[in-house]
Amino acid sequence: MTTAHMEKKRLDNPPKSVKFKIQRREKEGAAATWETFEVRYRRNLNVISALMDIRKNPVTIDGKETTPPVWDMSCLEQVCGICTMVIDGRVRQSCSALVDDLLIDSGSDTVTLAPMSKFPNVRDLKVDRTKMFDHLKQVNAWIELDGTYNLGPGPHIPNETAQDRYALSRCMTCGCCLEACPQYGDDNYIGPQAIAQARLFNMHPVGKLTADERLNGLMGDDGITNCGNAQNCIQVCPMSLPLTKAIYETNREITVDALFGWLKK
Amino acid sequence: MSSGGSKFAIVGGGLAGLAAAMKLSEAGHEVDIISVVPVKRSHSVCAQGGINGAVNTKGEGDSPAKHLDDTVYGGDFLANQPPVKRMTDMAPEIIYLFDRMGVPFSRTQEGLLDFRRFGGTLHHRTAFAGASTGQQLLYALDEQVRKWEVQGMVRKFEGWEMLSLVMDDHQVCRGLIAMNLQTLELKAFAADAVIIATGGPGLIFGKSTNSMTCTGSAVAACYQQGAKYANGEFIQVHPTSIPGEDKLRLMSESARGEGGRVWVPRTPGDTRNPKDIPADERLYFLEEKYPAYGNLVPRDIATREIFQVCLDGKGIGGENQVYLDLTHIPAETLTRKLGAILEIYEMFVGDDPRHVPMRIFPGVHYSMGGLWVDYEQRTNIPGLFAAGECDYSIHGANRLGANSLLSCVYGGFVAAPAAVEYAKNVERGDTESNGIHEAELKRQQEINDGIIHNEGGENQYQLHEEMGKWMTDNVTVVRYNDRLIATDEKLRELQERFKKISINDSNLWATQAVPHARQLKNMLELARVITLGALNRNESRGAHYKPEFPERDDENFLKTTIAEYSAEAPVFSYEPVDVSLIEPRKRDYSSKGKAKSN
Repeated sequence: MTTAHMEKKRLDNPPKSVKFKIQRREKEGAAATWETFEVRYRRNLNVISALMDIRKNPVTIDGKETTPPVWDMSCLEQVCGICTMVIDGRVRQSCSALVDDLLIDSGSDTVTLAPMSKFPNVRDLKVDRTKMFDHLKQVNAWIELDGTYNLGPGPHIPNETAQDRYALSRCMTCGCCLEACPQYGDDNYIGPQAIAQARLFNMHPVGKLTADERLNGLMGDDGITNCGNAQNCIQVCPMSLPLTKAIYETNREITVDALFGWLKK
Repeated sequence: MSSGGSKFAIVGGGLAGLAAAMKLSEAGHEVDIISVVPVKRSHSVCAQGGINGAVNTKGEGDSPAKHLDDTVYGGDFLANQPPVKRMTDMAPEIIYLFDRMGVPFSRTQEGLLDFRRFGGTLHHRTAFAGASTGQQLLYALDEQVRKWEVQGMVRKFEGWEMLSLVMDDHQVCRGLIAMNLQTLELKAFAADAVIIATGGPGLIFGKSTNSMTCTGSAVAACYQQGAKYANGEFIQVHPTSIPGEDKLRLMSESARGEGGRVWVPRTPGDTRNPKDIPADERLYFLEEKYPAYGNLVPRDIATREIFQVCLDGKGIGGENQVYLDLTHIPAETLTRKLGAILEIYEMFVGDDPRHVPMRIFPGVHYSMGGLWVDYEQRTNIPGLFAAGECDYSIHGANRLGANSLLSCVYGGFVAAPAAVEYAKNVERGDTESNGIHEAELKRQQEINDGIIHNEGGENQYQLHEEMGKWMTDNVTVVRYNDRLIATDEKLRELQERFKKISINDSNLWATQAVPHARQLKNMLELARVITLGALNRNESRGAHYKPEFPERDDENFLKTTIAEYSAEAPVFSYEPVDVSLIEPRKRDYSSKGKAKSN
């Protein structure tokens, strides 16, 4: 690694203001429309703070008073996953989307915000991702315990396994992988996130004991065989989960189970 | 819900709420969880460092007794000691349980749990999972509770916000009213016991390190219905956070541990690029004032000094910012030792801290105060329990790092059986048919209708900004009585102006305006509790510092502050602190013997 100077690329001539073109929808099922707002430029402006500005005084660029755009936000540190939306065509968290970067990337004076398209659109930029949590139920994404009373420590685990599991355990159920997956939609495919979570627990010495139940959740019509290997999921995952590896390994588990499962009977 | 069994409602789905839910389900009880966000997105995910427990795997002679001492000493002796002891005794088994639940804790060569050092102790006592231990612990509970949900023991109401308790004529809690944040529908939840586990109130200060859900609104509602609020004036301010337009993000203390230097330009308002400012024109104010400890002075001292420099107008560009500079350290070294936290700065600020000094400022981080509870997490209202950051019981005047995750789980684990015990004996009588739930529902609907139809022209977000600025400027690091009095006057002005707000959203479907207005009203009430509690406490202790009263005063103030609601102003009383286990001694980290708190 060189010690070459790596100062952040900045807009050479920062504009006085930035335009935000936002998809509006009154409620699920209503027609989508677009409105554009102007926000005073600040050096470290992110999409969330621009939305907060607009919410405080929702007047479009044409001077029309309108309703404040609605979106979800919570941690603002890219660890809760709630503020995910499609920004300039790319699905990502709005808290970590810096306006400077967006304008440099697009070469434009406008940032475009739309809700994720694979989930019910509650209003404006807010979507309902209940389905993702249902998928976690489908794959029994938990360890079966005898009880929560004091039974001493868990099993010895190599640190390498712990780190591999940590990488999968960082999934914040944000939905980026599902939004980007060409196969996901209309309930036909459970998608990368749930497969990765099944893998997370099947890698654990105690989780392994009930691995079959998790694999069963992935062998139905919406199961793992629907993966088309487009590999979009790893491109967009904000936590850099090894999603395709998890899919590959789970697929192999299922195959081994199908070939040799009868030996266990 | 089954008609015969006890009914439990938990408000909040973070670490404390889910810990309680898991214990209740396991004991065979059905639970309703009310949470403003899907529980997996609760603020517990933001905790980074780890969870403390004296497992003593490093042969250092650590013990729960030493953990107790560190916690009580770090809290400047304001915590009642018996529950702290119970927590530190329980800590190792809590960590083991999370280990069994599959949390990917870092391991040793032998495959055992690894522990690291943290502030306020000399022992390796902190179990950790990468740099996101809170996230990992929360997920483990989320998974276990999901299992109970599949089995029909847990019903989740995610996207619902608690508005008030349902109280009967004898001031016994019989359930709560919550609002669906999508439809604004109100619903009464009848319950024999309610556990509040809603976290801290950071948003009272406008920007903080807290999540946007941390308004303290549900707690403030309980307070206004008769729950006692204790030690509200004790607010932890972390010395180094990253100021953002939207929030303050934490910058770990390890940046200074690895040699980071804090400075401002000697000339106020110097607008030059920091790298063009020569060393002799830089004011390394911590190093100048504290030559021995330099940038690694204790957290509360560092916080006070940075705050004061900015109040004096010496912040970068006259703003509330100072430099935390790592650029004198080779980039390779920084990447190896601090990579993860530097990435956070890069992601949100855009600059590479290996080459550009970071701009940081203290940020409101944690409330030691909260709902008053006894040693079984019972509030003073029969049927109402509290656990986690929203209760006051563990941390005294200052919290040690990596004790917050522990206290959340502990609180949930104690509250759940206590609630079961209470519900076993409670007389339900005719409380489900005598109309108290409908009456409270109607009262809450009228408040909503009032907000929706009000047309006074005040902007709710403007009021929130003003509250946040006043509270941050006057009720955080350094506190002066005249400014506290002025702040309370301002808060009362804001309360008057609140009556004249007009919501700016004509579409009530999934609107943020109505919930925010309700939160704002409640935040103003708690803001007064914090401000007046600070005004009344004429001493300095832990996070509470008054230059006019710079010493701890055990004779007059080794007492828990209790605030009770009245329409005019909070009514204050004090109760003695239980110091039966460890005799109070002067808290002094400047001597060599004892490391500084968190």
